[in-house]
Amino acid sequence: MKARNGTGALRAAAAVIAASLTAGTASAADLVISNWDGYMAKDIAESFKAATGLEIEVVNHATNEEIMGKLMASGGKGYDIVFVSSPFAEVLNAQGLVEPLDKAAIPNLANLYPEAAALAYDPGNAYSVPYTWGTTGLCYRSDKVSGTPDSWMSLLQPADDIKGKTTMLATDRWLMAAGLLAKGSSVNEADPAKINEARDLLIEAKKTLLAYDDTTFYAKLVSGEASLVHAWDGWCNYGIAENKDIKFVVPKEGSDLWVDTMVVLKGSENKANAMKFIDFILDAKNHAWAAENILYKVPNKAAMESLPAALGEQYPNMKMPPAELAKYELLRDLGPAQKDYSRAVSEIKAAN
Amino acid sequence: MSGQATIDAMTAAPPAVGAAVPGAFRRKLPGRIVLLVVFGFLYLPIAVLVLLSFNDSGLPTSWSGFSTRWYVALAGNGDILRAAWNTLVVAVFATLISTVLGTLLALGMETRRRKSNGLEALAFAPMVIPDIVLAVALLSLFSRLNLTMGLHTIVVSHVVFDLAFVCSVVRARLKNFDYSIVEASRDLGASGWTTFWRITFPVLLPAIVAGALLAFTLSVDEFIIAFFTAGAGRSSITLPMQIYSMIRFGITPEVNALATIVMGVSATALMISQWLNKEQVR
Amino acid sequence: MSFNATRPNLLAAPGVAWLMAFMVVPCLLVLSYAFFQRGTWGGIDYTFTLENFARVADPLYARIFLNSARIALTTTLIAILIAYPAAYAIARAPRMRQPILLFFAVLPFWSNYLIRTYAWIVLLNREGLINNLLRAMGYTGEPLSLLYTESAVIIGLVYNYLPFVILAIYSTLSRLNPELMEASRDLGAGPIRTFFRVTLPLTLPGVAAGGVFVFVLSIGNFVTPALLGGGRFQMVGNLVYDQFLTANDWPFGAALGMALIATMIVLLLVQARATSHASGERRGEAA
Repeated sequence: MKARNGTGALRAAAAVIAASLTAGTASAADLVISNWDGYMAKDIAESFKAATGLEIEVVNHATNEEIMGKLMASGGKGYDIVFVSSPFAEVLNAQGLVEPLDKAAIPNLANLYPEAAALAYDPGNAYSVPYTWGTTGLCYRSDKVSGTPDSWMSLLQPADDIKGKTTMLATDRWLMAAGLLAKGSSVNEADPAKINEARDLLIEAKKTLLAYDDTTFYAKLVSGEASLVHAWDGWCNYGIAENKDIKFVVPKEGSDLWVDTMVVLKGSENKANAMKFIDFILDAKNHAWAAENILYKVPNKAAMESLPAALGEQYPNMKMPPAELAKYELLRDLGPAQKDYSRAVSEIKAAN
Repeated sequence: MSGQATIDAMTAAPPAVGAAVPGAFRRKLPGRIVLLVVFGFLYLPIAVLVLLSFNDSGLPTSWSGFSTRWYVALAGNGDILRAAWNTLVVAVFATLISTVLGTLLALGMETRRRKSNGLEALAFAPMVIPDIVLAVALLSLFSRLNLTMGLHTIVVSHVVFDLAFVCSVVRARLKNFDYSIVEASRDLGASGWTTFWRITFPVLLPAIVAGALLAFTLSVDEFIIAFFTAGAGRSSITLPMQIYSMIRFGITPEVNALATIVMGVSATALMISQWLNKEQVR
Repeated sequence: MSFNATRPNLLAAPGVAWLMAFMVVPCLLVLSYAFFQRGTWGGIDYTFTLENFARVADPLYARIFLNSARIALTTTLIAILIAYPAAYAIARAPRMRQPILLFFAVLPFWSNYLIRTYAWIVLLNREGLINNLLRAMGYTGEPLSLLYTESAVIIGLVYNYLPFVILAIYSTLSRLNPELMEASRDLGAGPIRTFFRVTLPLTLPGVAAGGVFVFVLSIGNFVTPALLGGGRFQMVGNLVYDQFLTANDWPFGAALGMALIATMIVLLLVQARATSHASGERRGEAA
């Protein structure tokens, strides 16, 4: 312990605590992987060990934002692989925190769809591998909404009978995207005038909104509290699983393409093992687990083709072809326009 | 009469408000009604929480039939159980350290002849610094010092804010402290140490207990600072970290089951210890 | 223990050292980012600037601060009004029973903040328990929209921070010198007069401490506004959090944090002065 600032008493106290709390210090595993809880098979450690003889330790983060903050404040020490959404992978790369992939060690990259190897933030998968992907749209109760709500305006200026029964995503980028797309702008729009136009539309929309909700919107559809919600495709499937009347639609103005990725950290001391893990995930059978169990599309051709047809029947958005997904716009890091976005979002959230 | 005996007589003096006052009986009823209403409010959501631990459906907000399956799932969920244990370890250590440091700080601040605005600000600061600032700051510090992080670094971090809350409660009690009894004790020849344990400590005890309960409660529920200062490993995950990470794919009623057990066991343990105490007194 | 000039500093030393090492030093390092620019890709670009402070001066942020201060203050007042009689009743219960009552007042809060909040959602939502109960009792109108309102946020905050106020007030009430009250009564003061002239001033430091707890915890809370307020309300603590994590703009987050900390400390110092003035500074003559 190199504590420099502190009195003798303080050091003694620190020593006592350290001695009695030895649990929870450095891990003995070959790999430490941070992911969202439930985003990989529960027995992943056992099956990976059986395949490679390596011990892994899976830890969880609640959100992209939190693990990013932690990686930036600590330089990423202690983690080997993290799962984050693409704009965050892009920032980690720009910060020099991630390691270029050793493709020779990841032969299963060949399983990816060509579209998944040509993503604009990382063409050719130089530093990140897509784990799941999908789009954002409207999830609704077909028994309570008349017709198909096929426009962002159906959400932002809802018909009278569903006023007060809509929710929107609270995360900055997706919230803004709904307004920007409705106005025909890009989801990465940098023109302040267009950002303000979207902001004003979203402030108006707040009046007809039940709530902003990132986590339980599908439960609100099931309980009947809400009739139409702004949703990620995969999450809408959780609603569909509970109620057959729930449907998903991508508005005609278009939408975004979201990608959750795996990256290897520069600070990792087990990079060769990390490549093995990524290769293991890309194995068709292992990658199919995510599609089957969390109902997200995976960018793995071999895995998607192995899925039972019934899955696509029950959850139609699982059948969306990669070519269609690739038409939607990737969320990119905003650079200097970030300030305008965050002010706009503060203004929306402060509006009455 | 020895100084010691006098001190004993003095500390034995103040009984609980009401308990020894004649006519208190008549005034008990309003107190009972107040307690009934307030405890009703405190336990209304807890009743729902306990009920949901028996909910067959995994959705947190809709009921779909009685089931004990979440208790079975919990018994097999090593992650949650270990996280619960880690939380207890962190909260106990953080409470012990912050209660001692916070009480001493309060005594120091209240017995100074001149108030120092700097010291006041220092004691308030941990309460008003946004959690995220403290979290980022401590993680940056610990990584710069190359410390190995784990439960011990969470404890160090939790003491920062716990200590301010303990200090604040104890100071409030000290505002009414009658310093003349301390002087009297000293005049009667008792040492500083004896005076502290015989006079000051018993008077402060309710505030120290209240402060410790506060610190423990804050520490048990703290998420963001723990997440940042826990290090990367699996073995230092606390319960709030575990529960928040479940948000994306849904918090299962296992967590409700655990909370039900924690509250049930704590309440039972307290009742048993009270009962044993009474037996001993007899 | 004698209260001479050197002892107080010695007593305070360990706590002060802890706060210096684990709060002041690291926080000053982070807050100093306020004087630099955000790098194009997040991170810090070490070029000196005052731009972040200019952004803080935007009236939007003052408006958010005032609005969350208003919600926090309402919460505080309600919490004190509920907690005071509760603490009073606990302090008057038989001596043996007091620790048990205190224990049961904090026990609910050893569960978990998130699931307690979910429980409130179950109670308050449009298809929830309270509305169903009303319907069962024959109410036929539109279901009450209790959730996702400012009132829901305030209920949630009062609920979660109530035990903190009970503890703080109890700690000043417990074993108050009953002779004072008897004296007051002997001098012909009625119970109400005795309460306002004797009990209340004596417990004012506890009320103030508890009030401060609720206020600072509420203004920094983001779970309750997000879940019970449906994200329609934003507390100022959330603003700093968003800048650090969502916008990845540490310099601006640091500047906002600095402004918030400074404002709050000034408010608390003023509050402390006012409280000690109102409860009558009693210690001078003893030291």
